[in-house]
Amino acid sequence: MSAVADTAPPGAADARIARAPWVLSAPALMLFVGVLLIPLAMTVMLSFHDWGQYKGIEPVFILKNWHEIATDPYYAEMFWRTFRIAILTTLLTALLGAPEAYILNRMSGRWKSFFLLVILGPLLISVVARTLGWALLFGGNNGLVNKLLMSAGLIRAPIPFMFTETGMVIALAHVMMPFMVLSVWAALQRLDPQIENAAMSLGAGPITTIRRIIMPQIMPGVLSGAIIVFSLSASAFATPAIIGGRRLKVAATLAYDEFLNTLNWPLGAAVATLLLVALVLIVVGSNALIERRYAEVFR
Amino acid sequence: MAYLELDRVAKQFGVQTVVDDFSLSVGKGEFISFLGPSGCGKTTTLQMIAGFLDPTRGAIRLEGKDLTAIHPAKRGLGIVFQSYALFPHMTAAENVAFGLEMRKVPRAERAERVRAALAMVGLAGYEDRHPRRMSGGQQQRVALARALVIKPSVLLLDEPLSNLDAKLREEMQIELRQIQRTIGTTTILVTHDQNEAMSLSDRIVVMSQGKIEQIGTPQETYERPASAFVSQFLGKTNDFAATIDRTATPARVVAGSWSAPAPAGLSGPVTVSIRPERIGFGDAGLGAKIVTRIFQGNHWLFQCDSECGPAIVIRQNDGKAQPAEGEAVRLAWRPEDMSVRGAAA
Repeated sequence: MSAVADTAPPGAADARIARAPWVLSAPALMLFVGVLLIPLAMTVMLSFHDWGQYKGIEPVFILKNWHEIATDPYYAEMFWRTFRIAILTTLLTALLGAPEAYILNRMSGRWKSFFLLVILGPLLISVVARTLGWALLFGGNNGLVNKLLMSAGLIRAPIPFMFTETGMVIALAHVMMPFMVLSVWAALQRLDPQIENAAMSLGAGPITTIRRIIMPQIMPGVLSGAIIVFSLSASAFATPAIIGGRRLKVAATLAYDEFLNTLNWPLGAAVATLLLVALVLIVVGSNALIERRYAEVFR
Repeated sequence: MAYLELDRVAKQFGVQTVVDDFSLSVGKGEFISFLGPSGCGKTTTLQMIAGFLDPTRGAIRLEGKDLTAIHPAKRGLGIVFQSYALFPHMTAAENVAFGLEMRKVPRAERAERVRAALAMVGLAGYEDRHPRRMSGGQQQRVALARALVIKPSVLLLDEPLSNLDAKLREEMQIELRQIQRTIGTTTILVTHDQNEAMSLSDRIVVMSQGKIEQIGTPQETYERPASAFVSQFLGKTNDFAATIDRTATPARVVAGSWSAPAPAGLSGPVTVSIRPERIGFGDAGLGAKIVTRIFQGNHWLFQCDSECGPAIVIRQNDGKAQPAEGEAVRLAWRPEDMSVRGAAA
């Protein structure tokens, strides 16, 4: 440092120090701008362009696409369905994932690492393969489970799973479960190992201990897991595409269809932009609420 | 009549015996310390009293009733944990009130008792603070208030002061002793700190490798240690190899050029054990050379190289001149200050 001060006037050295962070982060910033900000801005711009069956995309500024989304109840239904599925998926993962993480945390050494692997293992398998597994089990008359139950005479018609919202929620919950378990698991690691004994010594039974002592402390973990699961489910593509197909579209599959099948890129861009804006608002808003509500636990 | 009684209690984990043949009877209002190095089984014993572990053998009785048959949540014991284990999502007052809530104490009485308990530990005005916004010492006090507010039959303290700095620990020791004297709760403290055990307890249970080495008042265990382990663990001690000279009448115990009349009933090689502060520099006695001399304010610490191996001597800083490093000295002590251990004759 002193060598620099010797050869250059002090002002220049200061300027160089001030520039250093920018120079050092420039490669990452350029990547960020190049592959995220520019395409994003182009997509937003695209949503204001005109499109016609024969004329293609016309680079003009009109609100046609946004007007269509705002007035046609078809799009409202689509977005409502998207968020309904995301909310139900989030609830399901929270209801199953939080107890799962708690039980996992109470297991002893070797079993704990084994079951942690079982929970995380599916992350190594493609979402498409995992969702196709559900289709193999429940897909119409040829689904394995449906076939077995029907030949056993337990059901007459196949269990409705494919092309239903229930099926989509179940398959999405399966795909998203590891994120919830990991998030709750991280919160459980912060618990004082003696906290349950402390509650017990004061006269609390196991249910009271979980409800009054454990739950409030792992709630931030459940909620941050919920944010991850919600945003991933609302923007999920593969699972809704396989389970819902063309018959039961959500925002992501709708945008995909507009881009690649109808070739109405501007409308697809408007759908994608709206989904992004809605998700960002929901996630940032709930995150702020959670941090304020659980300030003491986060500290 | 014993208030709390442990009768030949043992705990095994697999093939490993962690606590063995632990028998102790505690009087009502007594302050007992379990003292020993880590892994000696003191915390395991405490957890068996608390009910977090079940003894493999033996019985634990409180006022004559079998305690092991009672669920830990129903035992009514107050416990302060090493980590305090406060509920971080509750305020200090809510933490303290939790035990009363579980006992369905009416709201008005609950508020009054919480206020009194926090005032007792010197935390009046901190009711609405959350634990993470409090210092270690304050958290410790909340934990103590939380354990005491339920009027426990026995208060169990699991190394409660080990996370505090030295000065605060000393303050808390005095305060803990005062609170315990005032409310008269029977208390068991687990600690590895001999000073803490000595300054707080009525009686100390010195433990090593799952077994009781000695039970006695702090003075007894310090002045008359029952085993080499106890004398080593409670403060510093010098052990000199010595022999019994039976050719002299009466027989004498001899270590180098030092000797004294031998206690009856001993023969052959013995160990003479003497506390460093009981050794003086005299004209006759064990020959030694001062290796290092360390000034520690109220006392001097001498490390000597004696005829019988290394020795430490502590002399009070009473203003008198002390021998210098490298000086040859003679170490002497009164026969009643030493303990002689060896094979029985």
